[in-house]
Amino acid sequence: MENTQQTESKIIELKPFADEMVVNMGPQHPSTHGVLRLELRLDGEVVREAIPHIGYLHRCFEKHSENLSYPQIIPFTDRMDYVAAMNQNWGFCLAVEKLMAADESKEFEVPERAEYLRVLICELNRIASHLLSFGTYGMDIGAFTPFLYAFRDRERLLLLFEKVCGARLTYNYVRIGGVSEIIPIEPGSIAEQNYLDEIEAFLDYFEPMIDEYNELLTKNSIFTERTTGVAVMSAEMALSYGATGPNLRGSGVDWDLRRDEPYSIYDRFEFDVPVAADVPELGAVVGDCWSRYKIRMDEMKQSVRIVRQILAEGLPDGPVMADLKAVRPPQGEIYFRSEAPRGELGFYIVSDGTPKPVRVKGRSPCFSALSALQELSHGLMVADIIAIIGSIDIVMGEVDR
Amino acid sequence: MSDFRAMFTGFTDFNASEGFFPNINLQEKLNWAEEFVQNVLIPRLPEAVAAHFPVELGTVLVMFAFAGIFVAVVPLLPLVLVLAERKVAARFQNRTGPMRVGPWGTLQTLADGIKLIFKEDFIPPQGDRFLFLLAPYVIFACSFAVFAAIPFGQNILVSDFNIGIFYIMAISSVIVMGVIMAGWSSNSKWSLLGSLRSAAQIVSYEIPLGLSILTVVMLVESLSMTEIVASQSNGIFSWLIFRTPFTFIAFFIFFISAIAEVNRTPFDLPEAESEIVAGFHTEYSGMRFALFFIAEYANMFAVSAIAVTLFLGGWEGALPGYDILGGFPGFVIKTLALVFLMMWLRWTLPRLRVDQLMNLCWKYFIPIAFFNILGTGIWGLIFEEDSVWSIGISCAIIYIGLISAYMIAGRVMAQKPEPQPNSV
Repeated sequence: MENTQQTESKIIELKPFADEMVVNMGPQHPSTHGVLRLELRLDGEVVREAIPHIGYLHRCFEKHSENLSYPQIIPFTDRMDYVAAMNQNWGFCLAVEKLMAADESKEFEVPERAEYLRVLICELNRIASHLLSFGTYGMDIGAFTPFLYAFRDRERLLLLFEKVCGARLTYNYVRIGGVSEIIPIEPGSIAEQNYLDEIEAFLDYFEPMIDEYNELLTKNSIFTERTTGVAVMSAEMALSYGATGPNLRGSGVDWDLRRDEPYSIYDRFEFDVPVAADVPELGAVVGDCWSRYKIRMDEMKQSVRIVRQILAEGLPDGPVMADLKAVRPPQGEIYFRSEAPRGELGFYIVSDGTPKPVRVKGRSPCFSALSALQELSHGLMVADIIAIIGSIDIVMGEVDR
Repeated sequence: MSDFRAMFTGFTDFNASEGFFPNINLQEKLNWAEEFVQNVLIPRLPEAVAAHFPVELGTVLVMFAFAGIFVAVVPLLPLVLVLAERKVAARFQNRTGPMRVGPWGTLQTLADGIKLIFKEDFIPPQGDRFLFLLAPYVIFACSFAVFAAIPFGQNILVSDFNIGIFYIMAISSVIVMGVIMAGWSSNSKWSLLGSLRSAAQIVSYEIPLGLSILTVVMLVESLSMTEIVASQSNGIFSWLIFRTPFTFIAFFIFFISAIAEVNRTPFDLPEAESEIVAGFHTEYSGMRFALFFIAEYANMFAVSAIAVTLFLGGWEGALPGYDILGGFPGFVIKTLALVFLMMWLRWTLPRLRVDQLMNLCWKYFIPIAFFNILGTGIWGLIFEEDSVWSIGISCAIIYIGLISAYMIAGRVMAQKPEPQPNSV
């Protein structure tokens, strides 16, 4: 009798997870930020394993690029991270420009005015991107109202973008050798002054709003309960997974390409790089969901600072486009990385000297961050999975490309 | 039923003894239908008919008629509340809300209802068909049955049970059965997760809810809703929320638990959209979904009405002898104020996690609720009957408690520095 009992108990021990439930979260799910599919193995509410399945938004960006000339590729980069399309345009253009610079016979320089416009618009785009991240994160945690506040402010930014490039989502604004001239803003004209005034009015309105959002959501005790101490990504882990941008800084690594490898004219501006620290009053530890989220809130302030410096200096005179006969980079290859709102956006381009690239590879910050999800989510609850996805702030268009 | 009556006769008799509050003659209140026939109906009838009018039959008919009106009117409440919620939410979010259908969008919910009636009624082929069809009715019926015991005004109630609040607790806990049925029969994993969350949540929060009701029952010494209201007839300071410091705490426990009972933010885990799609009613469509929706809003109104009845004087006014916040309009105003509070919370706060929800209930609410019962008992021993003294001391304690809580909170907030990550 005793023997049978022992064997029975052993059998039960051998199958500890016999009642696991496999749930497909996504690709159609309200809070997987697009078409991410997570295969969850649940033990009640506890997640034993969360396996991300990606590729539902794969549009062959890289293969398409091999059949297109360089300027034609820029609209495709719009569709990678469609929330921060300006920064994607810029990242690609920077890579091509650097590749072209290798050929000394066709020397060109991006005009000063274009550089200022690029920084101005891309920093505003960073604010728009972080606003969306803030709003949707609130919604993921269950607070619906911040989402609409964020979209109210983002709307004003989109109107600003519309005024320079005519589009609200896929801008195609930053071009190789400068910025788009489709809607020309003459240097020193009333239109330019109005536009800059409009940006300033927005910043004056928006800067106090960040503090209001912090009061509304960041320091809300239910919100901190849900996000602090959840899914802690240590600095080593963040580095080993290749997490970049706010996710890396949220893990306490002080690294920002705009400051540490300054490209364009970032070395002329003064700004701080927010890095996560323990906040014992709220229970936040470095690397948790709250830290990653808070970095974005602080980065918006820094972007406002940069834009204010540009407004104070005023846009320089001159053309916005370099005098380029044709975009035909010399034979060679290049990897160039820039700091997009979601992290290090890299483009690897191989050129054989023809107008079309041989190979284009995008290094997506979201893809690297998403790969950490499986390790982060182990042993947490279903609600925490949502908190993690929101805090690493993925855009599936960029993950799948 | 007679057993119950026997059980609680003692309580009612005790309450009727001379005390701070006047006697209530229940019989008088229940005879309103007969009075209506005698004083309103018969004088208006032709003389020949009036002379031979059967008063008893007339009484029954009048009761049926009023019950019919009640049954017809109460389901309209959610229609108004849904619109109110959308408008309130819109105002919180810098929007205008529905504006197209009818003046200021007032007919929007009607249009939505018509749309839902014409929608496909999808039944999951792999699910349990019988339970799937039954579940909405269980929830709908239970949430409306609660209204039978709520006294909207002096004579505006369907039935004056002597076990009114007990009946409400019993009926409203059946709702969870409907939720589990819906979740299980849908054959969807999200529905199942949602219904299990709901079961755990409602069963847990029923305990602090019941315990905080118990403090009221201990003071009034009756389970009848009319008697609970009648004991609060001496103006705002006789309202049970101010009667003892413990009922003051009990009110908040009751209200928060009630929010959890009706699955609203921050406790809306059973239908947490961003986590488990729509929870237990993910697979429902058309009118069956509308039934869940209507029941949710009816529930919201019902728990607010119960909170008003138990703690905020019911239909009794704020000043003795004056009809401020009293009568049917006063009752509705107080109830809608609580409903608005629920909406306010919903559109401001994020959602808790399952374990935090359970922690809040089992680690905080239930011990505090037990402490309340003990405190109410001791209070009852010290002040054998309510007097100006007992209420004065109670209000003083509540006042001091609130002020000190405010000051402590202020000091804590002042010590808490602005969380700023290191900047380099």
